[in-house]
Amino acid sequence: MDTLMQFGTGVFGTAWPAVWTLIKIVLIVAPLMLGVAYLTYAERKVIGYMQVRIGPNRVGPLGLLQPIADGVKLLLKEIVVPSGANRFLFVIAPMLSLAPALAAWAVVPFTDTLVLADIDASLLYILAIGSMGVYGVVLAGWASNSKYAFLGAMRAAAQIVSYEIAMGFALVVVLMVSGSLNLVDIVQSQQKGTFADMGLNFLSWNWLPLLPLFVVYFISGVAETNRAPFDVAEGESEIVAGFHVDYSGMAFAVFFLAEYAEMILIATLTSLLFLGGWSSPVAFLPDGIVWLLAKICFMLLFFLWFRATFPRYRYDHIMRLGWKVFIPLTVVWLFVVGIWMMSPLNIWK
Amino acid sequence: MLENYFPILMFILVGLAIGVLPVLMGWLLAPSRPDSEKLSPYECGFEAFEDARMKFDVRYYLIAIIFILFDLEIAFLFPWATVFKDIVASEPMRFFGFIEVAIFLTIILVGDAYAWAKGALDWE
Repeated sequence: MDTLMQFGTGVFGTAWPAVWTLIKIVLIVAPLMLGVAYLTYAERKVIGYMQVRIGPNRVGPLGLLQPIADGVKLLLKEIVVPSGANRFLFVIAPMLSLAPALAAWAVVPFTDTLVLADIDASLLYILAIGSMGVYGVVLAGWASNSKYAFLGAMRAAAQIVSYEIAMGFALVVVLMVSGSLNLVDIVQSQQKGTFADMGLNFLSWNWLPLLPLFVVYFISGVAETNRAPFDVAEGESEIVAGFHVDYSGMAFAVFFLAEYAEMILIATLTSLLFLGGWSSPVAFLPDGIVWLLAKICFMLLFFLWFRATFPRYRYDHIMRLGWKVFIPLTVVWLFVVGIWMMSPLNIWK
Repeated sequence: MLENYFPILMFILVGLAIGVLPVLMGWLLAPSRPDSEKLSPYECGFEAFEDARMKFDVRYYLIAIIFILFDLEIAFLFPWATVFKDIVASEPMRFFGFIEVAIFLTIILVGDAYAWAKGALDWE
């Protein structure tokens, strides 16, 4: 490691810290992009098997090269910019949608030392940058100057902001019990407790005492990413594809990347906030990044499972669930946890 | 402290670059043979009836306003939630620290109940 640092300083001089940061960013983004590519493959394969089909199996062994073939195909397709569209906004909308989905990864810790930017306000940063994603959707729908795109964008925007409130309240309660905005501290605060002392670490994680919030947070995450069963923003049987109906080729692919990167981000945050991040479920096994990856895959499976099993919700049902069920539920649980922490039964000392 | 935020700035730039690059590559590599039919907005094969910059339901606007209210409230709760463990630990502050926020939340909830009763949260 030291020789690498010396070599780098020798080659790049004073610019070396910036180059080193860039290398670390690439080391995060490249696996993430690979993860996105193979999540699309996994989605088709898993849903295929759930519907007693085989899924993609032609390109490469077991169809493993399918995502690459899809990428090349999209790359060679024409990018159509409709004549009525606002050209500038039409072109930057996919970029505005992808950038926040990637930038949030800057503060995600993979183990207690393996984190790119160990800042104290990491959860606040994720909340802030996560809210930026809605701009890409709204701009895309408006700039296309197509009625389907416009309707899809309005629906998506209203849905995303509605579920963001439920998510925000869930985060407030997580903060109350962990006492820090730093994601590393939040994970470490889940590693102690009565059950952790008995060796059953997984019962000390936040998911058990905060079970309603765990459920609300994850379902809101599904709604935030406009995934099935909350995918009325895309609703292919009514408004064709919603906000990105007029996008083609690579411009469409960027939206696609953003959606899947956002899914992986939600799964990662759920793992960090409620499932103990990189901590191992039982005391006799060592902690490590493997556990975090396993938990992310586990949460991602739920995204696919939901899509394969639930019919699409009606839009008024989605809004009712967000405003009249989730928000009251999270506020009540905030009071419950507050009183719990002040009572002698407080388990978060 | 501030140098910890430098990787974040770089990450945002890299994120933007990853958004720009594929579109740029698509532009260079893909064919471009536009015609007036291809460039018309998609409307299931019909001629577009009118411009899509049309009136939309006022409920979306209402939802946005209520959202701002709640989002601000969450922003105000964040600092309190972060120090809540300390509040619980310090004997004189315990009840004061909790009840004050309970009053704050109740005020917002009364407003929310009013919006609910007025039907601002209904979609039909």
